Amino acid sequence: MTDVFEFRDAIRDALDEELGRDERVVFFGEDVAEAGGVFAVTGGLRAKHPERVFDTPISELAITAAAFGAAVCGLRPVIEIMFGDFLGLSMDSIVNQAAKFFFISAEQASVPLVVRSAVGAGGRFGAIHSQLPANWFINVPGLKIVAPSFPGDAKALLKASIRDENPVLFLEHKRLYGIKSPPTPGRGDDEVADLGRARVVRDGADVTLVSAMKGTHDCLAAAERLAGEGIDAEVLDLRTLRPLDTETLLASLARTHRLAVIEEGPLTGGWAGEVIALLAEHGLHEIDDIWRLATPDHPIPYSPPLEDAFLPGPDAIAASVAQRLGSGGGAVGAAMYSPAS
Amino acid sequence: MTGARADDALSEPAAVLDRDQALALYRRMLLIRRFEDAVQSLFLRGEIHGTTHLYSGQEAVAVGVCSVLEGVDRVAGTYRGHGHALALGVDPQGLLDELLGRETGVCHGRAGSMNVVDLEHRLIGCFGIVGGSVGAATGAALALKRQDAGGVAVAFFGDGATNQGYFHECLNFAKVLTLPVVFVCENNLYGEFTAWEDVTAGQIVQRAQTLRIPAATIDGNDVAAVRRAAGEAVGRARAGEGPQFIEALTYRLVGHSRSDPGRYRKPGELEAWRERDPLRLAREMLTAGLGATPEAVEGVETEVAAEIEEITERALAAPFPEPGPVREFAP
Repeated sequence: MTDVFEFRDAIRDALDEELGRDERVVFFGEDVAEAGGVFAVTGGLRAKHPERVFDTPISELAITAAAFGAAVCGLRPVIEIMFGDFLGLSMDSIVNQAAKFFFISAEQASVPLVVRSAVGAGGRFGAIHSQLPANWFINVPGLKIVAPSFPGDAKALLKASIRDENPVLFLEHKRLYGIKSPPTPGRGDDEVADLGRARVVRDGADVTLVSAMKGTHDCLAAAERLAGEGIDAEVLDLRTLRPLDTETLLASLARTHRLAVIEEGPLTGGWAGEVIALLAEHGLHEIDDIWRLATPDHPIPYSPPLEDAFLPGPDAIAASVAQRLGSGGGAVGAAMYSPAS
Repeated sequence: MTGARADDALSEPAAVLDRDQALALYRRMLLIRRFEDAVQSLFLRGEIHGTTHLYSGQEAVAVGVCSVLEGVDRVAGTYRGHGHALALGVDPQGLLDELLGRETGVCHGRAGSMNVVDLEHRLIGCFGIVGGSVGAATGAALALKRQDAGGVAVAFFGDGATNQGYFHECLNFAKVLTLPVVFVCENNLYGEFTAWEDVTAGQIVQRAQTLRIPAATIDGNDVAAVRRAAGEAVGRARAGEGPQFIEALTYRLVGHSRSDPGRYRKPGELEAWRERDPLRLAREMLTAGLGATPEAVEGVETEVAAEIEEITERALAAPFPEPGPVREFAP
């Protein structure tokens, strides 16, 4: 099966390799050990690392607090919060304990822990198992937020997150677990990514599409369609939502002068707005057009046609770009919601 | 200074106190009380900012428990944490400087009264959210168990924390994973301004017992009783028997925070508890039970008073931190 390298394999390999590399790494969460995780990501880890991979009660606050206390005392815990929607229950420990400790303690110790969580819509899980709650944490200083798009990259980013000295929220999009064909490091490569660095995954001259996770794939598909209309779109994969890679964003803007941020998440208060604010502050003279596409400001619906209409997708992205660039390429899809649509 | 001398006597985990040990414990308790008196006075002078939560009246709990701990152990305290810190040997000067927001504070003025951290002295934090210490100590115990050096984690928390999710989740978590943690509930009868029995169903100690966690309710104002119970609980945790629980009945002789006049207290209650002031009980034990001379006890009082005066003077003269670049992330 070595020729099959799914996103979930990348996550498991990163965990396996880091558990093997560093005795201080422990991994725990609900159903992760014996059952191998509800998304079949962590199977086999318990057998290989029986002392350091274990199941916990359904107690997200205790799991997170245990990771915090253990990190302060010398371990490098990785925990799984099964669905991102459950992160609300972990909030105090992440926000008030882990993220503030390095500063409040006057740098007496760092808090090296990773909170892995499955996020995102499109799986018909309804309003409270489908959210992408990055924005609950986006304004928490001291916390890094990692959001991989590709299998090879997911592995390199998770390894980097585990080796990082800070608390890291590592978001895994449910709709990506089954994808293959990594454009960047393959299985077995020992690359460790730099957190906080975005990557241009498609070069283009006319417009930049900025996104993360499943949104990156939607942007790549939209770029293919736009190419057929004579629009050359660059796609920028953020990889890390906090801290944002201002340098790479500004460099892309300077090439294309038109930039759209595509976010799976409510428009109001989202990271797309943060990207645009950064570019406006630091690159105003480079901007011909800049806008964002996000999901509507209401909960995620369950029914398939409603959820499909709710989510960003390649058609809506392509239509929005064509409209903004004035090529007249069709109407903005009903699926997308932006102040301009 | 006080810390170093007391620590020599306190490092003996023996359950029975001899006179020197008892005197050392008394000295530490008195240091906390006089420290808190100074904090109150400095607060009224506008030298300490925001709010403070004084430990006055509860000294026997922290001092008794910390007297049986070893170097490998770790402690999580609360926002009423000055007593937890001092009981662990945190430098009173560094702590007072911290409260005054000075650069020389144990956290360089970044933490303040409610959030003190001093890892060198085994204090992994004082937690501003009710119940936070329970979670942090549970995690510390996970690390200590993994590191297999016999370390025990201690969580101090109040009666109010027993109604938080942290409490229920972490007691169960610690039990099913057999973690070496001692949960020390300081039941001072009030969660902020509200009587504990008005907002707490059943008995606190039974909440631990129903999880099959060994649990006892003890006199939290008797430092010898606290030390004995803590010695047993810590010993069992250290021996791999999993989490332990102590409910220490005590009373804060001051308001919840600096803005609390304590109108909710029942008639006669404060006076009755003053009769059972842990310092008074310790003095009686020393003079009546252990044959300490009144001069020896007075000598401790004079020394502590002088120390508090000295650190107050130094704290007031200490520099404030300069605003400047801050690192968001650890390198």
